Parts: sequence; C-alpha cells; structure tokens
Amino acid sequence: MSEQTVKGAPARLAFQLYVGIGVAVFLLMMVAGAVLRMAQGAWIDIPANYFYQIMTLHGAGMVGTSGLAAAAVMWYFLRRHVDLSTGAFLTMLGLSLVGVVMILASIGIGGFAAAWTFLYPLPAKSAGLWGPHAAAGYVGGLIFIGVGFLVFYVDCAIAIIKRYGGLLRGLGIDQLLSGKIDTDHPPTVVASSMVIIINVIGIAVGAVVLVMTLVNLYVPSIAIDALLAKNMIFFFGHVFINATIYMAVTGVYEILPAYTGRPWKISRPFLAAWAAVTLVVMAVYPHHTLMDFVQPKWALVLGQVLSYLSGIPVLLVTIWGALANLHRSGVRWELPLRLIVFGLLGWSIGIIPAIIDGTIRVNYVMHNTLWVPGHFHLYLLLGLLPMLLGIMYFAATRANWQESVADRLMFWIYGVAGLVFCLFLLLGGSSSVPRRFAVHAQEWLMLTQIGAVAAVLVLLASLYLGIKLLRRLPHLQVGGA
Amino acid sequence: MQSFALTLSLVLMAAIVLIFGWVVLSASTREVPPAKPFRWRSPIFWILIVAGVIISVATLSPWPMSGHTASASEPDQVIQVTGQQWRWELSSDTVESGKEVEFQVTSNDVNHGFAIYRDKTKLITQTQAMPGFVNKLRVIFDEPGEYEVMCLEYCGLSHHAMSATIFVR
Ligand code: HEM
Ligand SMILES: [Cu+2]
Repeated sequence: MSEQTVKGAPARLAFQLYVGIGVAVFLLMMVAGAVLRMAQGAWIDIPANYFYQIMTLHGAGMVGTSGLAAAAVMWYFLRRHVDLSTGAFLTMLGLSLVGVVMILASIGIGGFAAAWTFLYPLPAKSAGLWGPHAAAGYVGGLIFIGVGFLVFYVDCAIAIIKRYGGLLRGLGIDQLLSGKIDTDHPPTVVASSMVIIINVIGIAVGAVVLVMTLVNLYVPSIAIDALLAKNMIFFFGHVFINATIYMAVTGVYEILPAYTGRPWKISRPFLAAWAAVTLVVMAVYPHHTLMDFVQPKWALVLGQVLSYLSGIPVLLVTIWGALANLHRSGVRWELPLRLIVFGLLGWSIGIIPAIIDGTIRVNYVMHNTLWVPGHFHLYLLLGLLPMLLGIMYFAATRANWQESVADRLMFWIYGVAGLVFCLFLLLGGSSSVPRRFAVHAQEWLMLTQIGAVAAVLVLLASLYLGIKLLRRLPHLQVGGA
Repeated sequence: MQSFALTLSLVLMAAIVLIFGWVVLSASTREVPPAKPFRWRSPIFWILIVAGVIISVATLSPWPMSGHTASASEPDQVIQVTGQQWRWELSSDTVESGKEVEFQVTSNDVNHGFAIYRDKTKLITQTQAMPGFVNKLRVIFDEPGEYEVMCLEYCGLSHHAMSATIFVR
C-alpha cells in the first residue's frame, strides 16, 4: 500500500496551516466549554448574557472547526487518488477566516447570542440585547464559511468526476447495480463522494435560510414561516455535523491498514451501506422536530424510524470493518492508532443515546435536556476529535514516533475524564436538567459540578496532546515514506 | 421513562465497550490467516432490522401523541398558553387531577419550549411553542400539587428564568 503523503511545498504548508489553526481553535473552544460547565456548576460567576455569548461561540467555533479539520483530512487522503487543487483548499480556509472574524465581531462586539443554530426568528428578536447588524454579522459570517466549503467540494467533485466519470460512480452505485465489485476502488473515494453529495445539498439549503434570515433582519415585513425555517436549519446543521465524521472516516480507512498490514477493500455490503447512509443522513433530520406536533405525522414517524436505521450501516460496516481489521493483527499500539480506535469507540457508543432519544415516547421527556449535548459530546469529544487528532498525529509524526509515559497517561486522562464528562451530561438529561441554561438549580448542582471537574481534566489532557501535536507540526511528512 | 432510557443506554454502551475491549486486548497478537470476521455480520444485520420493526411498531402504536389526531376525544379542559420573552401566559393556571387537559401552545415572538415539570428533576411532558403555530398537548395530572413550567427552547437572555406554575387540585 502506498505511503504517499502530502507532496510539494505549498500543499504541505496548506495542510500545516489547517492542522495548526484547527488544533489551536479546538483548544480555545474547549477552554470556553470548561468555562460554561463551571459557570453552570456555580463555581464561577458570569452574567447570563456573557454565558450565552460564550455558548454561541463554543457551538459555532466547534462545529466550524470540526468541519474544516475534517475537510483537511479528507483532502489529505483523497488526493492520494485524485488530483485536488491546493488553491481551492486554501480558498476554503481564507473565506472561513473572514467568516470567523465576522462571527467573532458579532459575538464579541455586537453581543450576539442566539446560539449556533440561529433558530429563526431569534436572531431578529433579541429584546434589545443585540442589534440587527450583530445578527447580520453572524449570519454573513456563516455564509462566507459555507461558500468556502462549496469551493472545496466543487473542486473535489470535479476531480472525482474526471477520474471516475461521476459522483455516483465514485460512490460505487454502478458497481452495486451491475454486481461487479472492483475491489481496487478506494473506500476513501466512496466516503468522499457521499460527503460531497450530502454537504453540497446541505450547505445550499443552509445558504437559502441564511439569506432569508439576512433579508428579514433588514426588511422585517418579509417574514419567514418559522416551521419551514426550523426544518431547513436542522437539515443543514444535521447534515453538516454528520459529514464531519464521514470525512474523518477516510483517515481510518487509510491509516488502519498501514498499522495492521491488512488492506481495507470495498465489498458489496460496504457500497450498499454508504449508498444507504447517503439517503438516510438527509432524511433523518426530522428527529429534531419530534416536539413540533404540527409537523405531519409521516415526518415524525420517519424521524423515529430512520434514526434507528441510520445507526446500523455505520456500525456494521465501518466499526465492524475496523474491528475485524484490528483483530489479532499483531499491531504495535502507539498514540495515533490509540486515538483513532478510541475515536471509533466514542462514535459508536454515541449512537446509542441518540437512537433512544429519537423514539417519540422518550423524546417527550428528553428533548432539549442535557441528554442531547450528552450524546453529541460522545460523538464529537470522544469520537470525532480523537479521530482527527490521531490522524493528524499520524500525518505529522509517524516517521519517528517515540512515545513517553506522559503520552499514555494523558491519553487515558482524556478518555476517562471525557467519558465521565459525557456520562454526567447524560445523567443530567435523565434527571431532566435542561440544556442551554446559564443558571442551574440547586437540585442539579451536584451532577453539574462533577461534570465541571471532568471538563477541566479533559481540557488539561487536550492541552498536552494538542500542544505536543503543534510542536510536531514542522515534522509533517512530505513525499513517500 | 427517564430511568429506563438511561439504563438501556448504559447497558448497550457497556456492551460496545466490552466488544472493543476484547478486540483491542487481543490485537497485538498476530493470527494468519485472519479468522473469518464477517461471518456474523449478515445475521446480525437481519436481527437488527427485525428488532427495529418490532420496536417501531411497539413504540408507535398506539400513536404516542394523545390528541394529535383529528379523531381524538374532547378534552375536559382547554388552556391557552402563550410564550413570550421571558414569561408564560396561561389562560388558567388551575386544573383538576384525573381530568384531561389540552394545552394549546403558541408564541408571540420566538421559539420557546413549553415543558411541565414535577419538582426540578422530573420532566413530565413538553411541546414546542412557535410563532404562527398552535401545538396541542394533552395531559392528565394524576397527583395534586404544584407543577412548574419551564422553557426548553433557547430564547435569549432570560431563557433559564422563564417559568410559571400550574396548580393541580
Ligand atoms: C473540554 C471539552 C468540552 C467541554 C467542557 C464542553 C462543554 C460544553 C457545555 C457546558 C455546553 C453547553 C451545554 C448546555 O446546553 O448546557 C456545550 C455545548 C456544545 N458543545 Fe461542547 N464541550 C467540549 C467539547 C466540545 C467539542 C469537542 C465539540 C465539537 C467538536 C463541542 C460542541 C458543542 C456544541 C455544538 C454545543 C451546543 C451549543 C449550543 O447548545 O448552542 N463541544 N459544550
Ligand atoms: Cu426559552
């Protein structure tokens, strides 16, 4: 298997920029997260408006950075198979940074605090807390970031179309239909094609609702149907955040075989699963609107049933495939591999509370409690982030890796404290503690405070792992190995 | 319901952790050629699908949202609820235990979440409060006492302080 990595100075520099900025922003946003949890635990005292500003920052910052870092991983591995442009890749970063500056100004100077999901019409109705310009800055910033992503995906799409004759062919639909499986077709191309399809559609829908919001901010007489806006926002948000994991998975497909010496080949179930996920990811978002009883009944049923179904292909193809690849393979455990496998674990256990909350009967008493951040921090903090870190470590340090006791210790602190952090969010949810509350009632404080201790520990371990990665950045591999 | 959901989640999550643990612990020994790891996959796929059908039918029928369908019976009492930044307006705040109450929930400004709590640690039921729409929520209160209404959809500065009381006689 080819160990070819990023070739050429501009490409190398571009990837270093993504990793450097990505890790730095992740760490800063984690500090923000720990501040939120400590404030809820009544250990630090911050006014409610600052709490919600920091919450908006943490949400938008984490989701945006996840998107960028995962896109960088996809770019890094997809270019092993097709010709990608470094210019388009950097354009995404440039436009995103413009967007970030606008969002920072909107939150920091304009006081914007409508949460990263900007549920219409909250951006326009702050009851005096922020003005239309602040809201417009936030919405405009998101539009810049969205356009940046579109540039990147269009470049990837063109490259796949050139090489394979179409996105559906990249996804392997033709092989599924004809029954002739080409085992040389790379899993990375399959996953990338899926991500391009869903995210271009998702971002387009997001852009429409963002522009509608923008128009409404300055011309309030042009109102939007709040239910329609809610559907569009959740569609966009759900697809976007899910795509981050599917982009990161390309790294798993490429790196695991490098450790185990067993190639990861596509198969019929593999292609079928990816085809199914492509559709399901886009159709499952109504599980966010189960508590909107005016939604048509079929949408609510679909929300529940597809939530359940959407977990299956992932578990049975990627997780099973990874475990089978690892099983008695004689690998030597080191930090990058450990992080990646741990990330797969976090992702798979995060599916469970998500599916359970997707059941309408449960959703009645769990929706918008801490159960929700509980399950998505499992996905993101214990799933996506370790996966991304592991992949970046692999890219930056595989050549002469030397592992210290501190590395191991910090890995375990991250894992255990991270798990405790998420479990106490779930416990909070099952004790009916609402999400997005600046002030927690006396009855909830004990759960919150244990969560806050765990948050600080995760933060410390992340600082160690993140800074170590940043210092390794100059060693990022170039060319064949 | 909450403790059932929690227990089920923890059990299933623990099962996944055990499977990972088993594979990870044996990963550093090498076996060639590898065992046939995909033998069990397709049976498990079908088991999950069949289980999914059973779970879906069991949890969706009877339809879990009382009063949601047009043919539902008349409620004993109707209460209009309007959310606005940052308080609740209820056309009446007193109900009788054992009687079916229908809350007709809407909002004057942004999205809110109308959630009924028994103590701070027991969420009983909820629905969204949206501008331009009326969501109907049916509840039968079994136990007399005071119930608290909280907001479960983020709505700005005083979201966490947006509460009201329902008295059940
Ligand atoms: C040290 C690690 C972290 C800590 C301590 C932390 C803490 C928090 C807290 C306290 C909240 C608010 C919960 C509530 O609703 O009351 C939150 C929300 C959130 N977090 Fe984190 N978090 C961490 C890592 C992450 C990561 C790695 C991601 C994504 C990659 C992430 C994404 C989010 C998102 C999207 C929200 C929702 C914000 C909203 O409700 O508007 N967090 N986090
Ligand atoms: Cu609210």
